[in-house]
Amino acid sequence: MAFNLSLTKLPMPTQDPQERIKNLKEVSTGYTVEMAQEEAQRCLNCKNPRCVEGCPVNVHIPEFIEQIKLGNFKEANAIIKQTNALPAICGRVCPQESQCESKCVRGIKGEPVGIGRLERFVADYAMEHKEGPAEKVPTNGHKVAVVGSGPSGLTCAKDLAMKGYEVTVFEALHTAGGVLVYGIPEFRLPKELVKKEIETIQEMGVKIVTNRVIGKSITIDELMEEEGYEAVYVASGAGLPKWQGIEGENLLGVYSANEFLTRINLMKAYKFPEYATPVRVGKAAAIIGGGNVAMDAARCAKRMGAEDTYIIYRRGLEEMPAREEEIHHAMEEGIIFKFLTNPTKIVGNDKKRVTGIECISMQLGEPDASGRRRPVPIEGSEEIIPVDSVIVAIGNNPNPLIPQSTPDLAIQKWGGIITDENGKTNLEGVYAGGDAVTGAATVILAMGAGKKAAASIDEYLKNK
Amino acid sequence: MESIKMFQILKKRELNPQVSLMEIYAPYVAKKALAGQFIILRVDDEGERIPLTIADYDREKQTITIIYQKVGYTTYHLDELQEGDCLHDFVGPLGKASEFEGIKKACVIGGGLGVAIAYPQAKALYEAGAEVDFIVGFRNKDLIILEDEFQNACTDLKIMTDDGSNGNKGFVTNALKEKLEAGVMYDTVIAIGPLRMMQAVANMTKEYNIKTIVSMNSIMIDGTGMCGGCRLTVGGKTKFACVDGPDFDAHEVDFEEAISRAEMYKEEEQLSMEKHMCHMIKKGGF
Repeated sequence: MAFNLSLTKLPMPTQDPQERIKNLKEVSTGYTVEMAQEEAQRCLNCKNPRCVEGCPVNVHIPEFIEQIKLGNFKEANAIIKQTNALPAICGRVCPQESQCESKCVRGIKGEPVGIGRLERFVADYAMEHKEGPAEKVPTNGHKVAVVGSGPSGLTCAKDLAMKGYEVTVFEALHTAGGVLVYGIPEFRLPKELVKKEIETIQEMGVKIVTNRVIGKSITIDELMEEEGYEAVYVASGAGLPKWQGIEGENLLGVYSANEFLTRINLMKAYKFPEYATPVRVGKAAAIIGGGNVAMDAARCAKRMGAEDTYIIYRRGLEEMPAREEEIHHAMEEGIIFKFLTNPTKIVGNDKKRVTGIECISMQLGEPDASGRRRPVPIEGSEEIIPVDSVIVAIGNNPNPLIPQSTPDLAIQKWGGIITDENGKTNLEGVYAGGDAVTGAATVILAMGAGKKAAASIDEYLKNK
Repeated sequence: MESIKMFQILKKRELNPQVSLMEIYAPYVAKKALAGQFIILRVDDEGERIPLTIADYDREKQTITIIYQKVGYTTYHLDELQEGDCLHDFVGPLGKASEFEGIKKACVIGGGLGVAIAYPQAKALYEAGAEVDFIVGFRNKDLIILEDEFQNACTDLKIMTDDGSNGNKGFVTNALKEKLEAGVMYDTVIAIGPLRMMQAVANMTKEYNIKTIVSMNSIMIDGTGMCGGCRLTVGGKTKFACVDGPDFDAHEVDFEEAISRAEMYKEEEQLSMEKHMCHMIKKGGF
């Protein structure tokens, strides 16, 4: 079989930017069989595959790509699923460029193999050609509770179910999926697909209970002492949004990214009034922040009808933490990037509605603790950008409910749950991971933590 | 016998033409609920999440009582459901429970729908052995609800009407002023109702230097400390009604800001109501 020697990845087909800003359909439409096989030929099937080390859940990358070359797509899917509970999701939202693909030898001279695109192709193919429910492992009689049905909780639940544990996942919201359903927009991750991935995990025997707030409806102690769970994995995710602390943050039209995205994605405000939850964007919107969440919020604002949508970021393009692909897509969609710009005040009218955002220009000074050059304001450079809404996407603190209701649980000063490298907390049988431990991070890192915790819970219960 | 379903409406009672009560089967909420906490519900899969204060709970029957006023699309829609129907979603108990420790003589004040929310507070205090003056206000005597329940939850009940149709003309603040001027000493005042009413009570008790607690019913989505939509300014700091409240020190709350934030979706609510009217006309409801 001949290798494909192209120095570049086969481009991902996408919806035209001018069209897609008018709908919520997926931006990237995915490889066809032919495209997937063509791209798969770029993989050299290295003996010492460094890509696998770059993956937080260690997907057997060359093996699954070999199966694509051979046309055995279901086999490819089975290989991915050995280590990854949510491949259709990871194929879409993982930052492959800084993980698996960053280690690919093809990337030394040219672009790396499009591992993420191939993973997505395989997962979508398997989903489309699914025959019957997923296999259920006979129960070993041990009960484990998982708090939160986001990527970390689902991964942990699936890994434990595969080992025979009886797992129940508790979700506070009315729909399972955590950030996959309330945070990441439809056009980047269709909700129907998330639902299917979760259904597969349920077929494996995992029970999901929605509308149950651990720490309020029932505490961790009660789960273990009264309901017979032998271990608990806390993956309660993101909590209260961070604010800059500038004037005007409580004006009407200022949203946290959490609220803005939840209204649109989970509550389907884009279908208002058919769906009862409103959101108000107006003709111009400013998004503060430079991460993936900021890109998501900006692209949602655009689709909700904002003619001018600004991303306001205090550093430069080079320093922006968002994925390249997201920045690229946002630029294509006409989002206006205001680099080296920092908001100083949000201004409003007599009805306390937002009318603009005052910003100051910045220049880069000496590197700070993160190694990035620290932005310093240029005195006297303030200007007001007229906007109707402001979305603050500068991160969030971990959810406060579990620490509040579990007084002996050790937490960091900033609210994160303290664990060892295997996800174990200071309380026996209680494990934690994902954003509840690290603060805001990525889907795949949260999944990696869920995976580790599942292994340590298994170890703990076997030796108990 | 048919088995009870999750979030089933076991009882529905119209208290007045605008206000109704429902008893909902929700074991995990009923097991933990305390006065001052709230729930979030959705009527159907297209519905919004709305917070409602827990009006009562029954640990044995595993039910939660909610009292709602038909003010907008969701509450009208909720009111279409009847006994035996189920709510789509019902989650709680959320927020911190009210703290009553050390209260010996309190004045509990409820206005509008707030009377339904003030009632469990009065009851809890009274049952804990405190002396409770309960002042409630309605627009006219036909709108008075739960009078017997109120009588049994306090030392002294005073019902005010805006138009004086029950013989007590005036606002709840008039009744409070009368008590304070007569020299009644309270260690705590609890005020629950429209923001303007709570603000008026707060201004009055500040002069007398009486500790005053208000319950803030902000617009919120998840109610679990995630979205930040329910934020308000208390003592110059940003607080979240869902996890820091809903009870706050009335003398520290920035009411003007809270009042403006409550108006955020006024126009959208209008649109939703129009949709509801169309729906009712099609149903033959009018």
